[in-house]
Amino acid sequence: MKTFSMGGVHPEENKISTSAVIESMPLPDQVVVLMNQHLGAPATPVVAKGDQVKAGQLIGEAQTFMCANVHSPVSGTVLKVDTCKDAFGLAKPAVYIQVQGDEWVDTVDRTPDIKRQCDLSPAEIVDKLKAMGVVGLGGATFPAHIKYAVPPGKKAEYLIINAVECEPYLTSDHRVMLEHAEEICIGVSILRKALGVPVAHIGIENNKPEPIAVMTAMARQFEGIHVEPLRVKYPQGAEKQLINAITGRKVPSGKLPIDVGCVVSNVGTAFAVYEAIQKNKPLVENILTVTGKTLPVQHNYQVRIGISYNDIIRHALGALPETAGKIISGGPMMGKAVCNLDAPTVKGASSLLVMDEAESRRQPETACIRCGKCVSACPMGLEPYLFSALVRNGRFEDAQRRNILDCIECGCCFFSCPACKPLTDEIRLGKNKVRALMAKKK
Amino acid sequence: MKPLNISGSPHVHSDESTRRIMWRVNLALVPMLLVALAFFGLNALLISLVSVLCCCFFQWAIEKWILKVPSTVSDGSAVVTGLLLAFNVPATADMIWLVAIGALVAIGIGKMSFGGLGRNPFNPALVGRVFMLISFPVQMTTWPKPAAWFPVSTDTVSGATPLGLIKEQLSTGRTLGDVLHDPSLGLPSLSDIILGHMGGSLGEISAVAILIGAIYLLCRRIISWHIPVSFIATAFLLSGVLHLCNPDRFLDPVTTILTGGIMLGAFFMATDMVTSPMSRGGQLLFGFGCGLLTIIIRNWGAYPEGVSFAILLMNAVTPLINRGFHPRRFAV
Repeated sequence: MKTFSMGGVHPEENKISTSAVIESMPLPDQVVVLMNQHLGAPATPVVAKGDQVKAGQLIGEAQTFMCANVHSPVSGTVLKVDTCKDAFGLAKPAVYIQVQGDEWVDTVDRTPDIKRQCDLSPAEIVDKLKAMGVVGLGGATFPAHIKYAVPPGKKAEYLIINAVECEPYLTSDHRVMLEHAEEICIGVSILRKALGVPVAHIGIENNKPEPIAVMTAMARQFEGIHVEPLRVKYPQGAEKQLINAITGRKVPSGKLPIDVGCVVSNVGTAFAVYEAIQKNKPLVENILTVTGKTLPVQHNYQVRIGISYNDIIRHALGALPETAGKIISGGPMMGKAVCNLDAPTVKGASSLLVMDEAESRRQPETACIRCGKCVSACPMGLEPYLFSALVRNGRFEDAQRRNILDCIECGCCFFSCPACKPLTDEIRLGKNKVRALMAKKK
Repeated sequence: MKPLNISGSPHVHSDESTRRIMWRVNLALVPMLLVALAFFGLNALLISLVSVLCCCFFQWAIEKWILKVPSTVSDGSAVVTGLLLAFNVPATADMIWLVAIGALVAIGIGKMSFGGLGRNPFNPALVGRVFMLISFPVQMTTWPKPAAWFPVSTDTVSGATPLGLIKEQLSTGRTLGDVLHDPSLGLPSLSDIILGHMGGSLGEISAVAILIGAIYLLCRRIISWHIPVSFIATAFLLSGVLHLCNPDRFLDPVTTILTGGIMLGAFFMATDMVTSPMSRGGQLLFGFGCGLLTIIIRNWGAYPEGVSFAILLMNAVTPLINRGFHPRRFAV
């Protein structure tokens, strides 16, 4: 069974919410829609205070290249156009909307019918992805219309759909595959057509036998979709590692997947593509897992963007348990700790993970015993222990020479360090310093 | 509501810890201790106890009164040093108190003077051992003959190690074949050698016990095969070539690797994480250097045994090896 070539770890899987059917999260009184929910520049608000909006209506327009449209997730009145602190405390431009009813723009097909036929040309598909504000839902929220408009001179040979879900706890992809296999396959077919590649490969880790069975059966009804079970190893869902696992190719340092003829999209993105292209529904919803070892219930929700973390907690749990110590947006390996629960959720938010006070604290750091576990765990073949020493001594140029920028911040080094050294933190700091130095030189 | 904890990712950690690694190494050393008890009796037990207790005490005392830092004795690394030091001395009654001096040098100079665990360039147990070898040459080369099973008496008959005996006899001008077939010397048979029924340091005698511990460490991924295999293979091949060139002068490769400290050194001392290279390529070179130096010292040096010196010398070049060898990157 295939997997990537070097490094990797196997954290405890803790997929405890796999059997929770996706529920719809009711609408709160107010939502806040951030204008940058994607990689790149923020969208420009095109509504003003007092405007009436419908769900699916464009409220933020992409006016620069690296940008994506933002649509209203609800119907109601615009309260104000202002800034709002996101989950990590950074102020961002935002549109506040008072929710009134749930009225959608007329073009959106809200019927449950599944539409297989797609007659759009590749260019039309890309244009529609842009109009619908589709971004990658695997974590980086890269605008889809940029990814699927392959630059001249480059050629896509592989379309890879990332259904690995290698992060512990997360089950949103798992549930989407069980409940929306047909829509996903249609979405994948559309993306395949946009790129003009003969076969799309859907990579799923072997610890998900049910989704593998469901997707394999569904893929048989479609042309050119191949389900590829993969050996369980973290970080298989990282783009470079997944490409390596499925095609054997390696994206060189500083290059993009398209440079080795690959385009990778998340399975959740494929579902969003289906809804955008076939049902005219802009990206205004996420599948979000609410999970945690000590929670009495586990949930998977379909959540409109703009609903705050507090609203989700109130609906799912009533209140945060007394013992809660940390809330993570995303998985425990690469997710970010939330410091502002009033913040709205954004495109690509895949989970709300509640950690207990005890498990949210790190063990005290002890001396490095040079065991080399960080080196063997690194999927990029780097030397985290060396970066730690270089960064602590301010030797950023040496760190750059030893390819610190190749680090994908998967966290395998800190995870496996017996001395509990904050290796990933130090490397992140080092990368920022190196980037700043490079910018200065220019 | 109380404030939430925040930190950078990852938010989970494996159950790996320095403490667990060190105690697992100690567990892997138990088979050798049992063999030592079987062949050397009470002396072996007392030497090991004194060595371990002294190492722990000196570390605790230095941390408390000199460095003024919290004690790290419970991480088990001082116990590893204590056991390895005891395993590297002859099981004679003299050693019961001499090993305490070795422990002071091992912990005080070999480890704590550099700042403690993780910062020492040389294997502390070997620093202690070599200090004792140079300071107390007579006591350190007086070997008890392994008696019958579980001797209680501490009055052991003294004899040399097989390597020492052979070197001594060769220096009188005899040929190797002549020496090996001389029944009056009482050289051990191959089965004795494999089981460990021969003269030698406390923990180095039984290849079987060493391999049991080594397999455990390999399975637990505390050591990798690279250093031991390249060390032993180098020693085997080099001694094999020498033996083929001149069988009257050079010992055969099987006896070479099974007698003396090669097995113990290759699996338990050259593999010390702190003092060996990080990358696989560097580890292969490190093991090769250890094997090469051991054979050179054994055959042309003043001492019959060269494992300790070989490993210490390679420890010294480890930073240089780390500089030259880096892991293969994902895609270059």
